[in-house]
Amino acid sequence: MHYTFKWSVLWTGESGRWLVQGLLTTLELSALAWVLAVALGILAGALRTVRFSPLRWAATSYVEFFRNVPLLVWMFFWYFGVPPLLPRAVQDWLFNHGAEFWAGMLALGVYHGARISEVIRSGILAIPRTQFEAAVAMGLTTFQAYRLIIIPVALRLIVPPATNESLSLLKNSSVALTISVAELTFQTRQIETYTAKAIEAYTAGTLIYLVLCLSIATIMGRVERRFAIPGLIARGGPAG
Amino acid sequence: MDFSVITGNFKFLILQGLIGIGPFIGGTIRLAIPAILLGFVLGVFVGLARLSGTRWVRIPATCYVEFFRGVPLVMVIFWIWFIIPQLLGLLIPEYGVALTAFVIFEAAYFGEIVRAGVQSVPRGQVEAATALGLTATKTMAYVVLPQALKNMVPSIVTQTIVLFKDTSLASIIGYVDLTKAAQIVNNREIKPFQIYIFIAVVYWLCTYSMSAFARRLERRTT
Repeated sequence: MHYTFKWSVLWTGESGRWLVQGLLTTLELSALAWVLAVALGILAGALRTVRFSPLRWAATSYVEFFRNVPLLVWMFFWYFGVPPLLPRAVQDWLFNHGAEFWAGMLALGVYHGARISEVIRSGILAIPRTQFEAAVAMGLTTFQAYRLIIIPVALRLIVPPATNESLSLLKNSSVALTISVAELTFQTRQIETYTAKAIEAYTAGTLIYLVLCLSIATIMGRVERRFAIPGLIARGGPAG
Repeated sequence: MDFSVITGNFKFLILQGLIGIGPFIGGTIRLAIPAILLGFVLGVFVGLARLSGTRWVRIPATCYVEFFRGVPLVMVIFWIWFIIPQLLGLLIPEYGVALTAFVIFEAAYFGEIVRAGVQSVPRGQVEAATALGLTATKTMAYVVLPQALKNMVPSIVTQTIVLFKDTSLASIIGYVDLTKAAQIVNNREIKPFQIYIFIAVVYWLCTYSMSAFARRLERRTT
């Protein structure tokens, strides 16, 4: 092994600033994509459980198509494929205003929206049909039954899988480096390119991801216990 | 919209990109199949190690799983791509890098599936096997694992599909899979919308037929 460590490359020169910027971009990208994904996920997840078949069919095809194609392909699709279809002026405006960031955000949000909708759908299906029937019998409209009964209970049931999905979104935001969004993995590579110290650079990037993921998982573990529905068998425990 | 770019490059995209027959060492399927098989085999060991009664087996396995589930796959690919050559002073081809990264990474996920599957087998089965005089290894191999495997089928299928999609990330280091083949064609033809929609459909057909096959398999085994 012929490698001399020089950890100081991480805080001398531009490296420190790059890492912080990369981390902030990763967080910003993930947060915006997460909001989009949750909105789409709730919409599609709920629509897939309604009776009216055209809506159900539209939601199902969105979910099945978007979640079964690699995220990387969606990144290229939104960044390279869609802009040429737009009017020239819109294209120019987009490419002057960080098109790669918005394309990355759309790709992440739409892809994970399809996956989150599966989580939400399984949460809704886990609620007995009788709850819905009782709500309607009490005089609630379908919309009210969903808003007041089904969705609040489903949300509490899906905290653990939704946490998994959110962490997966955060980690997948690294794929945005392929369309040159300057997020954490991108900046890590930049440090590696400038300093030729691969181990140091990748250790820093990896540790930041690890700390991020583990702290989110810990916080969500608390949330899960706080909002657990009393009377249900504890989730996550060893079965059998 | 003009889709002639697809008919003109169909052979390159499918034969070279998807399957791996052509001038480059590549192919999504040629990478995905060994990655899935080896990842699963390593995953069985990881999963069983996590259930081990011996602490020095269980703790490293737990760390392994937690570590790889906490970092992006892209990061793991770069680790192997940039760091192994620096440490060992030898260059590994893209195929080897991608395969190593996928096997190591996916084994953590398969390990969790195996663990959950083994834990879903009722304890009475182990007690009965022990009472019949089977050794621990035989109990695992003949009693627990076959039943666990049946419970694991849906999760294994999901993970296999995830891995199949993840192979597209091998294009980042220049491995000529379907995604990279599409990039090559696009650099020449500049028809990004048609090309990327086409490979999206190809990926979708593959993953959809995998899940359809799995549904059929599940119906037959239960």
